Amino acid sequence: MNEIYKIKKGLDIPIDGEAPRMEIGFMLKEKIAILPPDFRLFTPRLLVKEQENVIVGQPIIQNKLDENIIVTSPISGTIKEINRGEKRAIKQIVIEPDLNQKYKEFDIPNSLDRDNIIDVLLVSGLWVYIRQRPYGIIANPIDIPKAIFISAFDTSPLAPDVDFLLWGEDENFQKGIDVLKKLTSGPIHLNINPSKNRSDFFFKIKNVEHHFFEGPHPAGNVSVHISRISPLNKGDIYWYLYPQDVMFIGRLFNTGRLDLHRKIALTGSELTERGYITILPGTAINSLIADRLKQDNVRVISGNVLTGTNAGIDGYLSYYDNQITVIPEGDYYDFFGWVAPKFNKYSPSRMIFNWLVRKKDQKYVLDTNMHGEERPFVLSEQYDKYFPFDIYPVYLLKAILSQNIELMEDLGIYEVVEEDFALPEYVCVSKINLQEIMRKGIDLMIKETT
Amino acid sequence: MNWLRSFLDKIKPNFEKGGKLYFLHSTFEAFEVFFFVPNKVTEKGSHIRDYVDLKRLMTHVLIALVPIVLFGMFNVGLQHYRLQLGIEIDAWGQVVKEAGFWRIFWYGFLRVLPIIIVSYVCGLAVEFASAQIRHHQVNEGFLVTGMLIALIVPPTIPLWMLAVATIFAVIFGKEVFGGTGMNFLNPALLTRAFLFFAYPASMTGDAVWIVNKGLDVISGPTPLALAAQNQFAQAPSLLTMTLGFIPGSIGETSKILIVLAAFYLIFTGVVNLRIIISTLIGATAMGLIFNLWGANEYMQIPFYYHFFFGGFLFGTVFMATDPVTSAQTPIGKILYGLLIGILCMLIRVVNPAYPEGAMLAILLMNVFAPLIDHVVIQQNINRRKKRALLSQTIKS
Repeated sequence: MNEIYKIKKGLDIPIDGEAPRMEIGFMLKEKIAILPPDFRLFTPRLLVKEQENVIVGQPIIQNKLDENIIVTSPISGTIKEINRGEKRAIKQIVIEPDLNQKYKEFDIPNSLDRDNIIDVLLVSGLWVYIRQRPYGIIANPIDIPKAIFISAFDTSPLAPDVDFLLWGEDENFQKGIDVLKKLTSGPIHLNINPSKNRSDFFFKIKNVEHHFFEGPHPAGNVSVHISRISPLNKGDIYWYLYPQDVMFIGRLFNTGRLDLHRKIALTGSELTERGYITILPGTAINSLIADRLKQDNVRVISGNVLTGTNAGIDGYLSYYDNQITVIPEGDYYDFFGWVAPKFNKYSPSRMIFNWLVRKKDQKYVLDTNMHGEERPFVLSEQYDKYFPFDIYPVYLLKAILSQNIELMEDLGIYEVVEEDFALPEYVCVSKINLQEIMRKGIDLMIKETT
Repeated sequence: MNWLRSFLDKIKPNFEKGGKLYFLHSTFEAFEVFFFVPNKVTEKGSHIRDYVDLKRLMTHVLIALVPIVLFGMFNVGLQHYRLQLGIEIDAWGQVVKEAGFWRIFWYGFLRVLPIIIVSYVCGLAVEFASAQIRHHQVNEGFLVTGMLIALIVPPTIPLWMLAVATIFAVIFGKEVFGGTGMNFLNPALLTRAFLFFAYPASMTGDAVWIVNKGLDVISGPTPLALAAQNQFAQAPSLLTMTLGFIPGSIGETSKILIVLAAFYLIFTGVVNLRIIISTLIGATAMGLIFNLWGANEYMQIPFYYHFFFGGFLFGTVFMATDPVTSAQTPIGKILYGLLIGILCMLIRVVNPAYPEGAMLAILLMNVFAPLIDHVVIQQNINRRKKRALLSQTIKS
């Protein structure tokens, strides 16, 4: 067994609303939407018209910046509406399903080499699932990555159990690994948390290097794995995928069909029934949670509470997410809330007196109130406890704010992405939107260096 | 508290853009958020946020200061009656017996309260005005600074001097750099430094206590001044200094309360333990060197006495740890603390002109903190570059 990397810095937020390992539904005939904003650095060109019929695997949008990269329909049906936002940017392409699903058959070549694998992945639209570090954007097909990273566990709040998500998909996952192995000059690092990956699913997978990680969130983040296994230097490119994305690739190469059905977790304190449900990406959220809501004043998040997007009850599941979280909105005034001792509210800090009465394993309902107003950076070492990298977070953020490209590079912007700043953002007493700053920094880097 | 909420909601439109009281909007907001944490919800990034904000952080510092303030008031009264009655410094029990506890406290209360009020009124006036000019929200930074200013001045300070110094320090120490979080000098210490250099007669630190007794003027030198004048034999006992029944600035005397406050602040995570420990180590090391050297009487005073003299402990706990003006990096903090301890002892023992070294040591290190951080950050950068170079050579 390889060395276990123990991550000490971090925090598992004891938020209420975990999903039990139980399937509560299988949806097929729901309308779905493709949301171009889900894809980083993707300027969409529409390849379909309203009222046009599409089948599974048919191209829907194409990236104007790299025309090889397309997104295909996960469902066969009719394009019902195309919704645009500011400057006529495409926000949603809504597809109404047919009764009978028709699949586009993809030719899987008998001998798989790097070039024809990439062709299949591009044509099928699965390429968008392969992403790269630095920056956390869709990978460039012409790069040869030094290694591919797959995190077999998710430590974010209320995260789904990855073993359960992939249960019964052993063959597809192994096939996906075998295909991906041909794309890299180095190894595939499959990173496992022995206390989270309870089944032997990932242990049995061959053609990978297993690594073991323990510790609180963000121990499951790809940046953490890269920093421990093979730190990213300027010029290095790594690719990474979520385990379910590997499974889609395996399915395609096993059957010749695009099948994006995946389990997702319905989580959060404001749901009456929680559990797992099998759906397609982009499914209308309303159909999933409408009759499972405890109350109306809720925040419906596609993803987890730290990094997810505010989808709204009428929104759609994001392309990459395997979780929906519903928590109460926090739009209330809190009388002397900044000085009240708050025995019954959770905080990782001892500045509220919850630590006096907290029981082990007690869970808390957390809402979306800011609990304060934005202020300048004041505390200097506050983020360090939640940031397990050899990087000075405040200095990196300040370099981004002053748009100093060289300094950003020197301070390690290649090694982290937005999600790594999610926990520091949660604890920040100055209530600064760190992930937004980081995203701006990455956008600036891409703009200036390419 | 619904009546207050509905009252605020009713008058709020007057202060919004286009309202007739718009020019007071920062002031209104400051009072509104004093009563209520706003109903603002997360829009970007993490959907949940911790309950702790900057106000709560500052509140904890104030909580830690409450016992120190109350004791400071009592001690001001005590020293007054002690000198008036002509009682030995170590016999504070006798003073309490003769003058009465409440009479002593009441006297000190009347002396200290105006100082606190002047410090807050002057500082907050500048804060509100500059927030209004910049269309910013009023920051809570001064809540702590205002109290700290009152605690590090002698109780005999003329109020007008205090007002001038506070206004100077807040404008030139903080607002010109952009307000809370942007300043590089601790504003409370800057106030004291201003007084120290502008009005040395009131601040020298050797005779801070003057009581008129009939026609005679009696002064009570601080232990630190006695030590500096090689009259250490007359200094009060260690117990008296630990408890704090000695002349000195209002908040600095009771070492035991300062240590308790330090434990509270470290436990709640408000101040940085690393700075406090390294400052104490720095001072101990320098003190031991002086003890071994022993060139003069002052150097021979056992090093631990210095922790009980003057404002060293108070400065270490409340000033050196200021998160904005201290070093920002973990390793930088250790260096910063060590140097404060060493410099404080150097200024005290070697420099005959200034009996108190803590203020100048911390201010000086405030100035050097960015330099220390620069060195630490540069090492991180070099480490990263070296790693990249190494992987390049392995590849080729």
